[in-house]
Amino acid sequence: MEHAAVERNGPAAGHARAPEAHVVPLRVLLGVFGALVVLTYLTVKVAEVDLGAWNLFGALGIASVKATLVALYFMHLRYDSAFYSFLFVVGLAFLVMFLGLTLIDAVAYQPDIQEFRQATGL
Amino acid sequence: MSETPALYTSPTSPSASPARRGHVAHHFATAEQQFDAGKLGIWIFLVTEILFFGGLFCAYAVYRSIHPEIFVYGHQYLDKNLGALNTAVLIFSSLTMAWAVRCAQLGQRRGLVACLAITLVCASVFMGVKYVEYSQKWRHGLLWAGWFKPAEAPEGPAHAPVPAHPQPPRDTGIFFSIYFLMTGLHGLHVLGGMGVIGWLLAGALCGRYGSEYFAPVDFVALYWHLVDMIWIFLFPLLYLIH
Repeated sequence: MEHAAVERNGPAAGHARAPEAHVVPLRVLLGVFGALVVLTYLTVKVAEVDLGAWNLFGALGIASVKATLVALYFMHLRYDSAFYSFLFVVGLAFLVMFLGLTLIDAVAYQPDIQEFRQATGL
Repeated sequence: MSETPALYTSPTSPSASPARRGHVAHHFATAEQQFDAGKLGIWIFLVTEILFFGGLFCAYAVYRSIHPEIFVYGHQYLDKNLGALNTAVLIFSSLTMAWAVRCAQLGQRRGLVACLAITLVCASVFMGVKYVEYSQKWRHGLLWAGWFKPAEAPEGPAHAPVPAHPQPPRDTGIFFSIYFLMTGLHGLHVLGGMGVIGWLLAGALCGRYGSEYFAPVDFVALYWHLVDMIWIFLFPLLYLIH
């Protein structure tokens, strides 16, 4: 029946999937919420401990885990076509390029800026 | 799938029921084609949003790598408890928004209305807390760039060592420029989200959404989760600097 209907629709037959009707179980939603709250508590507590440079990486790591949970379960990426994950990851890849290249550039200019500041007192 | 095969019939075909034809715009052949087009659109929009905020994250990364001292000093003026409260509120609103999608998919109309209403209330609480924070900063002269004229030294958390700089380090105002731009742009997104969630709520009250047509709820939820995700990064980056 479904096949017949898809064939009748001609060009649209490529979209043979039904609308994304994957219903996330309630216990998964509540479990993800619980994990996010625990991780938020953890990130506040970790910030109170002196870990040197690792404070920043710890905070970013926890935030990344939280964001991944949100993306996989709340945003359905785990259940959806991988194409949407691909779009999301491509966006993040461009963000990393943007940040990385700008940081390399900004840091490279620092000696000149410091020299200028010391020479002029500005 | 429990959907009836009728979902696959062309909306213009005589066998499509008037109710289903009502959901499918004339330029789409099928309901799932319409759904996929919308979903692709919202994901592309979300990617542009990531890059939009990326500019500010970039400014943050550049200044923090070059002048970490202004971040260490400036963040002591921020109220960590209010930041944590807002994080919890936003995470909870993400839960209720994901729950709203579930309700819509299952055709639970009262659940949908309740979830959307709770999400809207959470968003209002978030903006209320933000208002309290902004007005405190306004009163104490903790503003952007050259308008950074603090009336008093930061209290600082109890665990903090004696600040290395009794006086604010040079360019501390830049911390507040970044703080206001990042949280401000995020706040505008929360306000925008409240607008569209309010629109969804009005539609849900009219019974517009159900198991055959839940795309708008799904798409707004994706946007709302992205707004939540951005705050998940803003909270530690601005409030929890060690």
